[in-house]
This record gives sequence, structure tokens and C-alpha cells, in this order.
Amino acid sequence: MPELGKYAGAVLSSYGLSLLLLALLTGLSLWRARRMKAALRKVEERVKRHG
Amino acid sequence: MASIWEYANPRKFLETSDRVLPWLAALAGVALVVGLVWGFFFTPDDYRQGSTVKIIYLHVPSALIAINGWLMMLVASLIWLIRRHHVSALAARAAAPIGATMTVIALLTGAIWGQPMWGTWWAWDPRLTSFLILFLFYLGYIALWAAVEDDDTAADLTSILCLVGSVFAVLSRYAVNFWNQGLHQGASLSMDKADNVANVFYLPLLVCMAAFVLLFLALVLLRTQTEIRARRMRALLARERMS
Repeated sequence: MPELGKYAGAVLSSYGLSLLLLALLTGLSLWRARRMKAALRKVEERVKRHG
Repeated sequence: MASIWEYANPRKFLETSDRVLPWLAALAGVALVVGLVWGFFFTPDDYRQGSTVKIIYLHVPSALIAINGWLMMLVASLIWLIRRHHVSALAARAAAPIGATMTVIALLTGAIWGQPMWGTWWAWDPRLTSFLILFLFYLGYIALWAAVEDDDTAADLTSILCLVGSVFAVLSRYAVNFWNQGLHQGASLSMDKADNVANVFYLPLLVCMAAFVLLFLALVLLRTQTEIRARRMRALLARERMS
């Protein structure tokens, strides 16, 4: 861990908040992508079955 | 060579982006880890800013994407308005939450840096204010897409909003040059080498900027795929209800 001195709080909170937001954005994008892919597959199969 | 307009076909777009996405995501991940670890652990403190200089590796790349993300949405919106390609409208829609998140990161890291360096979390400085307005435009753009049921109408209205908001995207970048006042300093990077930050900060910053660009591209592709599938599902469900 580098010596951050009196600004440790500012630096660490910047990194913590930014990485949290990036992780949330990426996680939500992946989750929605998977959910939508599965939902569309289900609807397509149903439409195919019923013509 | 294939024309770029071939990718306006949703099926072609999905096929190609499926192939590109894993590579892009892996590259983004590696670049992000390398850039941030390099910047955080292996760069010295600045003689004036102390260790707060390390915030630059998050603040500058996120601000870069916040502004250029909106400009990418502008190009996609113009393509929609002129050529009516659905994929371009959906790509603009997909990019908005990414741009909004990057704007929040830039505003937060800027405020956290500003408190010890300027003695204030916030000032109504031209650049900061235009950045805040850009964030509000992002929120308005996302809300407008969600509020209008018909996809084509939503794409038309949001495209117009995007054209208007572009003024603030440009102002966010050039406010310092236009007004030459306020707390925010000029660009950290310049084509003129003499104006740049020192090499010891410059090189990891370049890696972080490349990482954020790659991450933005990967997320736009992923989210555009999702929007294309969502649109197809809405169309299938509507057809099902009609029959």
C-alpha cells in the first residue's frame, strides 16, 4: 500500500466510489443482457410452437 | 470490404458483436487493472497536490467518456434521423446510462479532489456547471426513452434532445477556453508536449484512458445487443396479442 499521507481519505474514497459505480454498471449490464436473452428465447420458442 | 451500413441489420450486428465482445471486454479488463495499479501503486506524489494526484487516473478518463459518450450518441442519433437505422438509435439508448455513470464518477472524484485542493467541494465554475447540466441531460435522455411507449417516436424525440444537449457536451470540454475563468484548470493532456503532465503521470494516465474507452465500447456493444433483443421481444409480443 502506498503512503497516502493526509489525503488518504480523499484518494481511497475516490477509488472506492468509482470502482463501485463501474462494478454496478458492468454487473447490471451483464445481468440485464442474460435475462433478456433468456426471455427472448422463451418467446421465440412459444411463437414457433404456435405458428 | 463490407460496408459499415451492413451492421444496421440487427442480425449482422448481433453476430459480429458476439465475436468481438469477449476480446474487447478482456482487453478493457486488462488495461483497467494495469492502468489503475500502475497509477495507484507505482507513481509518486505530486509536489503540490500530494497523493491526490492519483485521482487523475479516474477523473480524467471518466470525464473523457462522459463527454465523448454524448458525442457518440449524437452521431448515432443523426444516423437515426437521416437513415432511420434502428440499431443506431438503440446504440445511442444503450450508451446513455454508461455516459451518465461516467459523469457521476467525474463529478464525484472532482469534488473529492477539489475539497483539499481548492478548499471547496463545488463551485459554480463554467466547466463544473456545464458538466452538471450534461449529467441532467443524460438523466432527461434516459427518462424520455422510458416515458415514450412507441420506439420510433422515442428515438425521434431523444435524438432531438441529444442534439440540444450536445451544446453542453462541447461546453464541458471547452468552457475553460471560452470563458478563461473559474477554478478548473485547462486540459491535463495536450498535443503540445510542453503543456502535458510529467511523463511519470502521463503514461499510466494514457493506459487508463485507453481502458475506459475499451470499457465504454464493450458496454455499448453489450447493451446494444440487449436493446435489440428487447425490441424484438416487444414486436413478437405485440404480434402475439394481435393474433
